[in-house]
Amino acid sequence: MTTIIAIDDLTKTFGDFTAVDHVSFAVEPGEIFGYLGPNGSGKTTTMRMLLGLLRPTSGEARLFGLDSVAATEQIRPRVGYMSQRFALYEDLTVGENLQFYGGVYGLRGPERAARSAEVLELIGLTGRERDRALDLAGGWRQRLALGIALLHKPALLFLDEPTSGVDPEARRAFWDLIYTLAEGGTTIFVSTHYMDEAEHCSRLGIMNQGRLLALDTPTALKRTVVSGQAFDIETTDLVGALDALSAIPGIERAGLLGDHLHIITQRERHTPETLAGALDAFAGALITPAEVTLDDVFMVLAGR
Amino acid sequence: MITRLWSLIRKEFIQIIRDPRTLAITFVMPVVQMLLLGYSATNDVRNVPLAVWDQSRSAESRELLAAYRAADYFQIAYDVAGETEIHDLIDSGAIRAAIIIPPDYAEALARGEAAEIAFVIDGSDPTIAGTALSAATLIGQARSTALTVERLAARGQGGAPRMAIDVRTQVLFNPDLISAYYMVPALVGLILQFLTIVLTSGAIVRERERGTIEQLIVTPIRSWELVVGKLTPYVFIAFFDSLEVLVVGKLLFDVPINGSLLLLLSLTALFLVTTLGLGLLISTLANTQQEATITSIFFNLPAIFLSGFFYPLAAMPPILQWLSYLIPLRYFLVVVRGITLKGVGLESLWFEVAALVVFSVVIMGSAALRFRKRLD
Repeated sequence: MTTIIAIDDLTKTFGDFTAVDHVSFAVEPGEIFGYLGPNGSGKTTTMRMLLGLLRPTSGEARLFGLDSVAATEQIRPRVGYMSQRFALYEDLTVGENLQFYGGVYGLRGPERAARSAEVLELIGLTGRERDRALDLAGGWRQRLALGIALLHKPALLFLDEPTSGVDPEARRAFWDLIYTLAEGGTTIFVSTHYMDEAEHCSRLGIMNQGRLLALDTPTALKRTVVSGQAFDIETTDLVGALDALSAIPGIERAGLLGDHLHIITQRERHTPETLAGALDAFAGALITPAEVTLDDVFMVLAGR
Repeated sequence: MITRLWSLIRKEFIQIIRDPRTLAITFVMPVVQMLLLGYSATNDVRNVPLAVWDQSRSAESRELLAAYRAADYFQIAYDVAGETEIHDLIDSGAIRAAIIIPPDYAEALARGEAAEIAFVIDGSDPTIAGTALSAATLIGQARSTALTVERLAARGQGGAPRMAIDVRTQVLFNPDLISAYYMVPALVGLILQFLTIVLTSGAIVRERERGTIEQLIVTPIRSWELVVGKLTPYVFIAFFDSLEVLVVGKLLFDVPINGSLLLLLSLTALFLVTTLGLGLLISTLANTQQEATITSIFFNLPAIFLSGFFYPLAAMPPILQWLSYLIPLRYFLVVVRGITLKGVGLESLWFEVAALVVFSVVIMGSAALRFRKRLD
């Protein structure tokens, strides 16, 4: 099978600002390819170049082996796109939105009706065709946006921060849907700035300030990028403990992670016992070995 | 292709129907504008309030006043007894003119001398003042002529005395000089220009503002389909509004359509290409609906004044007359007024039609070139 996306030395500058800086990578069929990075790291710009919405300043991108600039019109029927802002017509109903986009993709008559029904079933909006898009809750609107991107059965689906501003339960349901699609053979290219969401991807490209810092499976990234060991520390005085940790040698990184502290030490330097000794002022601190997170990976990469 | 185009047109219509603001602009505004313009933007000055200071109080002075009263240019509103009173009334705006008849008016006439009367006019509104001035002079002269004839008759030189020159005027097309006949058909052009530019630029920019344009661009729809699909609904609306104005104009103001309605509608379509193109052009320049609206108004206002809608072009300084050649509405107003009022055909309008064709090609062409299916 051909490589779905192949980009080579892709660069986009806006005046003095380099939004995407000599990025190269490839995406294979059936992958859920995650594009992780903070806001402004060049994720959306990369995606817009792939979709032919922006012209690359230099470098090239090929989709299905076709040039993204020269062959835009041949590529478009084969890709779906869900932009960061839910691009629905809020004054149209669910059914009218589907009907409109179906028509724009050239679906007609019974074919369009059948496909709309199929998509509605998939996104769980069956029976709500007559509701205005405006009246849908955030999670449902986002599923409708996904449904619209799927109408024409694209082989490749671009999702730009699809779950921003959606509650955790809806996010989980949304990812279940993405897995279903990937199992059906759709290649997924998804950008996110949620670390937990990035864990769902089969491979992950990490972007910062326009540059691709690393690219691998989430597990491999955690193993290869972060050389040290991770520990979680539970205590009542988190801020005090964080302060005390900065004085202990051999600690590469320490930070708050929810209700506890998460630290990375140099390899083979500390055990829970040695750390407990160094933190003896914090009686009852619970120290356990922990997993390296993607957050750690990102911080290490961004710090280099 | 047909499926894509039809889907877009259908969607656009649904959006128009669901947006009360657009609906109001589309269907109510033309009628409201026509009522306003039909009744207010008229140069027909009638019933100018007049004060009378009759110091003569004679049969002769009453005859003179009767002559003024008979013509409906003036309405005698006050009977005053002094100059200060006249000035106070003019200052307060209660009267626009005053006639002063001296105490010896009747005596002077009896002596066969020229009797002087004074006419004071408030010149702050030039239109009213102009009409009052000529009406005052004309009525006075007519009375004067009548008196001269009487005198000659009295001296036995009468019979049928003739004036040296008898000017027989004949006013073509609009013999009663009714402003509405001239203004209402022109309103078709005004409304078409305003409406199509504001609505089309707004409709395209709205997609950009809400981010839906991005979703639309990544579909296989072609640029020209996008343009045609977005513009088509407004073509229908524009024709509906044109007919609405002509029909209501006929019912309310009895505005005639002397020429061919088919020719008028065909040339309306030609004019529409220029205004739709301008709307499209503005949409490529503006990023928000607000910017689009402001740009539209920025274009519309000078265009309306330079089109000859309100004021005759011939009265403008040469530089403005030259500028007016750049305004498509200018040509369309000649077309629409010519067809409705004079009943002329293509043979008299070829210059305007040629100009509109040139504008259509240039404006629509540059708009289409600027309109890209890309974000940068």
